[in-house]
Amino acid sequence: MASPDGDIGLTIQSKRMPKPALVASSSAPAVTAETVPPVLTVRNLSMSYGGELMALREISLDISKNQVTAFIGPSGCGKSTLLRCLNRLNDLVDGARVEGRVTFDGRDIYDPAVDVTELRKRIGMVFQKSNPFPKSIYENVAYGPRIAGIRDRRRLDGIVERSLQQAALWDEVADRLQQSALGLSGGQQQRLCIARALAVEPEVILMDEPCSALDPIATAKIEALIHELKKSYTIVIVTHNMQQAARVSDCTAFLYLGRLIEFGTTEKLFTTPSKKETEDYITGRFG
Amino acid sequence: MSLRAIVKSGDPWIWLTGGAVATSLLMIGGLLLLVATKSLGFFWPADVVELKLEDGTVVLGQVRNHETIPESSGSGPKGDRVQLQVGNRDLYGADFRWIDESDVVTSSLRAEAVVLERREWGNFYGFVKQIRSGEKVIASGPQAGWEALSERLPAAQRLAAKVRELETSDLAAINYDLESERLERLRARHSGGPTGAMRAIEEREAELQQRYTELRGSIEKLSLESEVDRLIMVDAGGSEKEIGLSQIVHAYQPNAMSTISKARLYLAKVWEFVSSDPRESNTEGGIFPAIFGTVMMVILMSIAVVPFGVLAALYLREYARDGIMVRIVRIAVNNLAGVPSIVFGVFGLGFFVYFVGGSIDALFFPERLPTPTFGTGGILWAALTLALLTVPVVVVATEEALAAVPKEHREGSLALGATKFETIWRVVLPSALPGVLTGLILAMARGAGEVAPLMITGVVKLAPSLPFDGNWPFLHLDRKFMHLGFHIYDVGFQSPNVEAAKPMVYATALLLVLIIVSLNLSAILLRNRLRRRLSGGTF
Repeated sequence: MASPDGDIGLTIQSKRMPKPALVASSSAPAVTAETVPPVLTVRNLSMSYGGELMALREISLDISKNQVTAFIGPSGCGKSTLLRCLNRLNDLVDGARVEGRVTFDGRDIYDPAVDVTELRKRIGMVFQKSNPFPKSIYENVAYGPRIAGIRDRRRLDGIVERSLQQAALWDEVADRLQQSALGLSGGQQQRLCIARALAVEPEVILMDEPCSALDPIATAKIEALIHELKKSYTIVIVTHNMQQAARVSDCTAFLYLGRLIEFGTTEKLFTTPSKKETEDYITGRFG
Repeated sequence: MSLRAIVKSGDPWIWLTGGAVATSLLMIGGLLLLVATKSLGFFWPADVVELKLEDGTVVLGQVRNHETIPESSGSGPKGDRVQLQVGNRDLYGADFRWIDESDVVTSSLRAEAVVLERREWGNFYGFVKQIRSGEKVIASGPQAGWEALSERLPAAQRLAAKVRELETSDLAAINYDLESERLERLRARHSGGPTGAMRAIEEREAELQQRYTELRGSIEKLSLESEVDRLIMVDAGGSEKEIGLSQIVHAYQPNAMSTISKARLYLAKVWEFVSSDPRESNTEGGIFPAIFGTVMMVILMSIAVVPFGVLAALYLREYARDGIMVRIVRIAVNNLAGVPSIVFGVFGLGFFVYFVGGSIDALFFPERLPTPTFGTGGILWAALTLALLTVPVVVVATEEALAAVPKEHREGSLALGATKFETIWRVVLPSALPGVLTGLILAMARGAGEVAPLMITGVVKLAPSLPFDGNWPFLHLDRKFMHLGFHIYDVGFQSPNVEAAKPMVYATALLLVLIIVSLNLSAILLRNRLRRRLSGGTF
């Protein structure tokens, strides 16, 4: 397991380098993968969970529209934290402190004037552990639209069907929409969670290790789904499976000890990494 | 095997823990068995024995108890003695007699011995001598008399029931209306309303008075009619006693009855016990008002305690920042559960009855003062006092249920753009509902068995009317009520006729246990249904 090593590494690192800003200077331009316009721009994002422990240090990157961006790195490197910064889910953690800027659609999402619920409707999320609510399949998918104020049964029916079809689950559950979602298999539950996220018609979908608890067949289905969804959504995926990142993503960011080590097109990062840490990690020398 | 090895193997541990469970079960089972045998046997129509004693007296009655004469009774005779229910309280003064078996010369079961359960003066044991209708003799002698009695009794009982029905419903309704009009007049006078209104009230009152007199008259007539048929009984010693047929609840000849007809009578008596009003200062008859009061109070308490406890738990668990204050509040709430219940009773009396009730009276019913309406004990105040007593249970159970809702569900909801309130309302609370119901079950179990706080906040020995009836506004929260727990105390310890009341105490206790069990069972069934719906399907 990498987690204890990572923790030790982190403390050593922070002792040796008390000023993280030395590495990635605040004025450093973000690495842009392609010429596609960015949807989300992250600038000099630092974050701590209270105390001195920095979970993220001065991260800058751009997430391009209709592309899959993968965050990879060993456990505890901050990739999930970075992901949760993008829809402000870290707000829930007591003592979480964020510095820097995350711009979505031209607005700083950490601006106090921003309506967090509105933001989260536009930036959906799929979690590591599938988390369907203990309700029926239909109610799970209809949850977001209902929250958004849609009452009309026919419209809801339409949304549920469309979302389930997009999540490639419709054929499997069409005849048992009113049954409990907890009766589905692990892979089906995860696709249900994706359908649930799609039902609110987000622009960006954040996926936090969506396949880590699934078997290879279910994983393959989700990956195929990601390929399909890419056409209409921007996807950010966290994974500790490098093969998966290589398979599904267009751009990859390698994080290590809360720092962004390298960011570029997946092809370049996996074939000719420019940093030594990246090379060590992708060749399996640590992590 | 060495002792060490035995201890290490864990076997003694299994025996110890299993033993603890077995002991608990044994105690519960023993208690229920005692209560059940002592109470259920009471309704059985036992044989009537006639005993001739050495001194020449003859006694007639049902054997209720049998024991060895205690050593401590001094130089008296040794051996066994029986307790005989001889009844005929109007003749002998006491219902029960202990008779030493050594005094008994002969004992016989005479088929024509009759047991009469009467509305007043308890049972009568004896033989039928004559049946009269007015001055006319219908039948004489035990055999013909009994036949005539069996034939005429149902009609007389129907008539008597009709009289009671008229008195308790129609007459009571008129009384209730009269009382309302009186209060209306008081209010009109208090507020100095127009004289026209006053006149209208007086007219209505006069009309009600008229109807009252008419009804009273017809009741008089009916009850005279019901008293025409009379029964002359003779007891074992030969004394005669005249009894109106309308006074008889049951008449039977146990020695001549088959087991099946005994069983039928037994069920009828059990039903009478659960469904009718008490008689003879609660030592006889049924306990329906007490059952009704207990159930209604528990329901009122649940209505009060669940929202209150759930809201408090929601704030503590979901909104309050976990700090020293919250911890202090939590400890305080938990300690509240350990405060003696009588203290809650005193608080309820001081706060709810005198302060809140007194204020309500002063504000809304000033015309009735000094007669209190809400400023005296009542079912509402009793229920609220018990709600206060049981709120810690609900708070603790709900808090635990809320804490057990997975973080993933909350995050999943928030990530879809739900606010915290929407998340709590739509995801957290539904998942926590079974836990809330567990809290309610515990609260009901505690609340239904409480007596001490009720004694000073609204329970009475005998309530003239139920807190829920056919008179507008149907639900009378200000009324005093009867309660099974208090009934047990009252009948068992405050009764003038302790011996006769003993089986009633056991039967009431059994019923209280049964009611608590059934209330709990219904809540448990509801909870399991919810659980099934939440966990759904196979997994």
